[in-house]
Amino acid sequence: MTFPSSTTAETGSDAVDTVAAAAAGSSAAVVGRSPGQLMWRRFRRDRTGLISAAIVLAFFLIALLAPVIAWAYGKDPYTPYGGNQPGLLNQYGYPILPNGGISGDFWFGLEPGLGRDVFTQLVYGIRTSLSIALIVTVLSTFIGVTMGITSGYVGGKTDYVIGRVIDTLLSFPSQLFLIVLVPVVEVALVQPDQETPAWLRYVSICIVLTVLGWATIARLLRAQVLSLREREFIEAARVTGASPGRVIFKELLPNLWTPIIIQATLALPLYVGAEAGLGFLGAGMTEPTPDWGRMFQVGANVYHSDVTYLLFPGVSMLIFVIAFNLLGDSIRDAFDPKTKR
Amino acid sequence: MTSFLVRRILGAIVILILISLITFYLFYALPRDPARAFCGKICRPETLTLIRHNLGMDEPLFVQYWHWLSGIFMGREFTQFGACPAPCLGYSFATQEPVFSAIVDRFPVTLSLTLGASVVILSFGILTGMLAAWKVGQPLDKIASSTSVIGASLQIYFVGPLVVFAVVDTLGLLPRPSYVPFTEDPLTWFVHLLIPWVVLSIIFTANYTRMTRSQMLEQLAEDYVRTARAKGMSGRSVFFRFAWRGAMIPIITIFGVDLATLLGGAIITEQTFTLHGIGELAVRAVQNTDLPMLLGVTVVGAAAIVFLNIVVDVLYAFIDPRVRLS
Repeated sequence: MTFPSSTTAETGSDAVDTVAAAAAGSSAAVVGRSPGQLMWRRFRRDRTGLISAAIVLAFFLIALLAPVIAWAYGKDPYTPYGGNQPGLLNQYGYPILPNGGISGDFWFGLEPGLGRDVFTQLVYGIRTSLSIALIVTVLSTFIGVTMGITSGYVGGKTDYVIGRVIDTLLSFPSQLFLIVLVPVVEVALVQPDQETPAWLRYVSICIVLTVLGWATIARLLRAQVLSLREREFIEAARVTGASPGRVIFKELLPNLWTPIIIQATLALPLYVGAEAGLGFLGAGMTEPTPDWGRMFQVGANVYHSDVTYLLFPGVSMLIFVIAFNLLGDSIRDAFDPKTKR
Repeated sequence: MTSFLVRRILGAIVILILISLITFYLFYALPRDPARAFCGKICRPETLTLIRHNLGMDEPLFVQYWHWLSGIFMGREFTQFGACPAPCLGYSFATQEPVFSAIVDRFPVTLSLTLGASVVILSFGILTGMLAAWKVGQPLDKIASSTSVIGASLQIYFVGPLVVFAVVDTLGLLPRPSYVPFTEDPLTWFVHLLIPWVVLSIIFTANYTRMTRSQMLEQLAEDYVRTARAKGMSGRSVFFRFAWRGAMIPIITIFGVDLATLLGGAIITEQTFTLHGIGELAVRAVQNTDLPMLLGVTVVGAAAIVFLNIVVDVLYAFIDPRVRLS
């Protein structure tokens, strides 16, 4: 993992220069700036934020470019190299070379048992997990925002029903429900006589995480809308005859972007963790699709003899989640400099 | 107070009924037929029908649900298994034992895990948080902030195996995590659960340090603290007799949420350390399509979450007299 740090160092120093230049320029004349511009200017000055943004970006690039990386590296995540080539695994299925079989050919070593390449497994696994987390974040944020605004703005019976649904969803023992629901959704989507396609698990996991995930953001937005609804500018808009659609999209929504973005940045690492948790419990993506979370399941079975294997998914996930959490904090600071952490 | 409690408990019961209904109906979407599993490999249609009848599965879904619900309060009679006294959550399809007693058997494991971890997390978190507030701006302060970011980002299925590998496999300092009943031998119980507690506290403690610190600082800036100081009370008395009470209110709220997470999250913790608690029971129930067990575990888990929320609200009123429960 040398490349993210080198990129970040460069971006960091560049940013400091531009900020200094910008600061020098701005003292000359007063310029009007939109809240977005202000936020961006504050963010550029935040060194931790920039470094974490670079790391997060690097992870998404790895996920996006997984086929290219695997092609350049010359291996794929499916071939059992250890089984095909003698001299890589011992009779118990563990790598012969020390440290999990790390060598010039296999940068991160070999998977005990099947003898697949850990590096490509991890790269493709990150691709699977991050894409799921991203899809779920977008979907659950969208549903949560829609439900929250509807509930808060319309009020009355609608609010009561949505409110009770949210209460119930938040009282579910969620981990348990995740593992229960994935097979249920899978069955609901496929006729019993049909063959289960490989992408189906992927879709089921996305659906389940979304269904159990939207309630948090909906509850938060509902509260925000309730307080905004009573403010003068909304009342003014209504009195002057603005349609509900206009009030929601032109008056309410611009004031809600900050909590929405903050909630989404908080949610994404949680979904990465939840997806990985599913994989760890054996309810996530099935073989042979590479999966970040399932690597922990394999790791938990082999760590007594080969602890190295567990380190790669573990450390990479730790770096990703820390970077993403710090990035979330920086975005929050940039949007609202008054918040204390 | 009483009317508040009654209303909250009624609301909780409605939510629990909803959750059990949803679980009940959802599970019927599963393809595997539990009666078929009982029947064995060579299964004649008549036997299958008989088993279905004995399990009460030939009745409409709503009637089945009603039987289940009334069984909790009045007990049930099964042709297959015999009597099941109240509170009856049915019989497990897989292990053929009463669900309620299976949950009761496993409960001490999950409870020991959660309570032990809570004690470590709360005592360390609050202690270090108060220390950090006592000595603002000193290293402890900064260490707490940065470790809480790392702690919150750690996954238990990563740290758990690493700690076991280092402490048990390599150094041989502690035995492999397992459960020994407290009543049998408190010391063995303690030693065998130490690793899970420590791992859980690695993830959670720093967060409490940070919260306690910021709450203490907020309280120390309040008027009543200034009044007490002006009347000649020593800084230490103000700190330890007044300020900490105010600081504990938000901590209790967060702890209520975390406790529910710990209880509900016991699935992953127990799987990581191969402890046979309720979480492990749930995972097994999912694998075996064991509807009664799953329903039981879900409802008990949800009940824990819902009632913990009520307890937190009531505790609130006890600590903070300004809160009126209405």
